[in-house]
Amino acid sequence: MSLLQVQRLSAFYGSFQALFDVSLEAAEGETIAVIGANGAGKTTCLRAIAGVLPVLAQAVRFAGDAVGGRPAHDLVARGVVMVPEGRRIFPSLTVEENLLVGAYRGRPGPWTLARVYDLFPVLAERRRQPGPNLSGGEQQMLAIGRGLMGNPRLLLVDEISLGLAPIVVRGLYRVLRTIAAEGTTILVVDQDVSQIMDLAQRVYCFRKGAVSLEGRPADLTRARLAAAYFGV
Amino acid sequence: MTVAWVDTILQGLLLGGLYALFATGLSLIFGVMRIVNLAHGDLSILAAFLAVVAVESLGLDPFVALVLVAPLMAALGYVLQTLVLNRLLGQGILPPILVTFGLSIIIQNALLEIFSADSRRLNPGGIETASVALGGQLAVGWLPLITLAVAVAILLGLQGLIARLSVGRAFRATSDDQETAELMGIDNRRLYGLAMALSLGIVAVAGVFLGIRTTFTFASGPDRLLFAFEAVIIGGLGSLWGTLVGGAVLGVAQTVGAKLSPGWGILTGHLVFLAVLLLRPQGLFAKARRVA
Repeated sequence: MSLLQVQRLSAFYGSFQALFDVSLEAAEGETIAVIGANGAGKTTCLRAIAGVLPVLAQAVRFAGDAVGGRPAHDLVARGVVMVPEGRRIFPSLTVEENLLVGAYRGRPGPWTLARVYDLFPVLAERRRQPGPNLSGGEQQMLAIGRGLMGNPRLLLVDEISLGLAPIVVRGLYRVLRTIAAEGTTILVVDQDVSQIMDLAQRVYCFRKGAVSLEGRPADLTRARLAAAYFGV
Repeated sequence: MTVAWVDTILQGLLLGGLYALFATGLSLIFGVMRIVNLAHGDLSILAAFLAVVAVESLGLDPFVALVLVAPLMAALGYVLQTLVLNRLLGQGILPPILVTFGLSIIIQNALLEIFSADSRRLNPGGIETASVALGGQLAVGWLPLITLAVAVAILLGLQGLIARLSVGRAFRATSDDQETAELMGIDNRRLYGLAMALSLGIVAVAGVFLGIRTTFTFASGPDRLLFAFEAVIIGGLGSLWGTLVGGAVLGVAQTVGAKLSPGWGILTGHLVFLAVLLLRPQGLFAKARRVA
């Protein structure tokens, strides 16, 4: 049975409908990718899963429970943790304090401060520095590390490569592989399809608030992907 | 002549301790949830009246009554936040202002109804007039000294909590970015309840010390709110130690003004406040972190 099941999910910002009957699922331990252009609804979908947007309870099921529209802190307690778009590091907290806030709920699991520092040695070197002192790539590491501190069963990573150099992005994808090897289910969103196709077991392409294509990376030709991505 | 002035400034600094007690809770609430509690002063007077009840019905010393009143006010703060103020979240800054303004009127009228318009005082049995001689004709009262010491102790405790405890990190994280804090598993409604509980626990201390220092009536709250505001703004919004300095600046301004002419005390305080607003609107300690 799937760990995450999104069924006919619709989401609204006021009277504007941002998602139309989106369905996707992820089995325990699977890594799935969501790709698509700006405004396709990828972030909205993640925010709905993470409990930031009000959606119907049955639209999101996690570990068998209907959790759609439950508050974010409740989902974190259940093991759904989101690494938000733009990192959103807490500026008045040090690197280590940012990580500790990630462990606020005290969910037991494999990830501790020491293990996160093993994964990202640069964070250990800069543990006493304010979060904003870090470079963009380091901030993304911190955001991922902070998410891991919550010991998630499902880690949602939004726009992982946004604004980062290719070499940094490759490093981050290596880290995602390490995290996946721990058995953590990962849903990663990226606009750049080059890395994500090697990582994910399955891919969902979003266009105009709906799923335009889904499948295994090996089964998707470049032409079909381009059509689903750009609508041409 | 000089001794008299030194004495005036010393009294003003000590008065600042009391103002800092009033201001700390206000500053904490603004820092964590960006709302202004216009009932803050009236809640301190409510605490003073609760202490009156405890003193008169149980025969307690006012300082001992605080052991009952401060937790009671803290509990009231948690309930007030979770049942009333949390409903206003995400609707902009106006609804909390209107609701706490209404609460201020309700508290004043309830106090008038229950305790009449008579002025009251908490009598701790002599310490309010006792003083310690510093030599050279200078003397300071024990009560202002204790008030300042308590204010410093509370600020130290609060700073320790904010800097080291998990709930303090959560306060700072929520102050920085409420939505991301929720994504980290922080239940902001519960956290706001805790912040309001802390705020009202501290303002209970302020109210009881006020009631020991001077007489008060059901209508004494708004003045306290105003002084608390001025102390917070002078010190710099959200800076705890700035709040203590702001209280001291306000206290010195008031005592110096009153020394120049008995009617000028409050006015001078307001003028200094306005001068700070004009010359350094961010407050004296604006560089400090937003909550700590």
